[in-house]
Amino acid sequence: MKNYRTPLARARGLGSAREGLHDWWRQRVTAVALVPLGLWFAFSVALLPSASHAELVAWINVPWNTLLLLSFILIAFYHTMLGLQVVIEDYVHLDWLKLVGILGVKLVVSFLTLAAVYAILRIVFT
Amino acid sequence: MERMNTEPPRPSVRERPLSPHLQVYRLPVTALLSISHRITGVLLGIGLIGLVLVLMSVVQGPSAYAPVHAFLSGIAGRSLLWIWIIALLFHLSHGIRHLVWDTGHGFSRDSLLYYALGEFAAALVLVLAVAIATLARS
Repeated sequence: MKNYRTPLARARGLGSAREGLHDWWRQRVTAVALVPLGLWFAFSVALLPSASHAELVAWINVPWNTLLLLSFILIAFYHTMLGLQVVIEDYVHLDWLKLVGILGVKLVVSFLTLAAVYAILRIVFT
Repeated sequence: MERMNTEPPRPSVRERPLSPHLQVYRLPVTALLSISHRITGVLLGIGLIGLVLVLMSVVQGPSAYAPVHAFLSGIAGRSLLWIWIIALLFHLSHGIRHLVWDTGHGFSRDSLLYYALGEFAAALVLVLAVAIATLARS
């Protein structure tokens, strides 16, 4: 059977999709944002065990706290999603398991992000 | 034994370095830090699940939050929280080094250990700062 396709035609589409840099760059951008947000959150969450329900609700209702908490959650979850994806890509070598793993990470992290945002908004607006 | 001696010596084969055998290989500090960065990253992700559970229990009201609060203020809860905070501050310190690396600096052999010690010192100072601030405010 003769192959009439030219070498160039066979090579096309086998190279980089030129999209790999997006995730790498977003990981860095979120990392930069998480330096101040992470520090703020570390100082804040350390007080969690000593806070009552009323104190916690009042704290979340302070406008700057609401804003910083929402920022931290959105960016931290996105950063986590990208990081876990890299870990799976590096250590899982079965193609189907890698796909299931990455898909699972994305779905679970998205759901958790939504839950956290919902909870904060509901605390703030009730 | 005799059979081994009958084999002709192969001239071009010499002792080659083996790739690191993880059970007997002493990891360099940089490699230890690198894998710790990943492990703490995964731990932090798991901890975020806890954050969501806390927030959802707060939404459901004081009675739903009561058992969560009891756990958080107990030994187990406080230990987990502080492990998470230490992991966060370590991950943050090493993360800053990754950002420095991304600019193309900090790769010289001599500076690696220096950087590693600086990171540990930074993480330790931050943990102490959070601990002192927490004690002062609670």
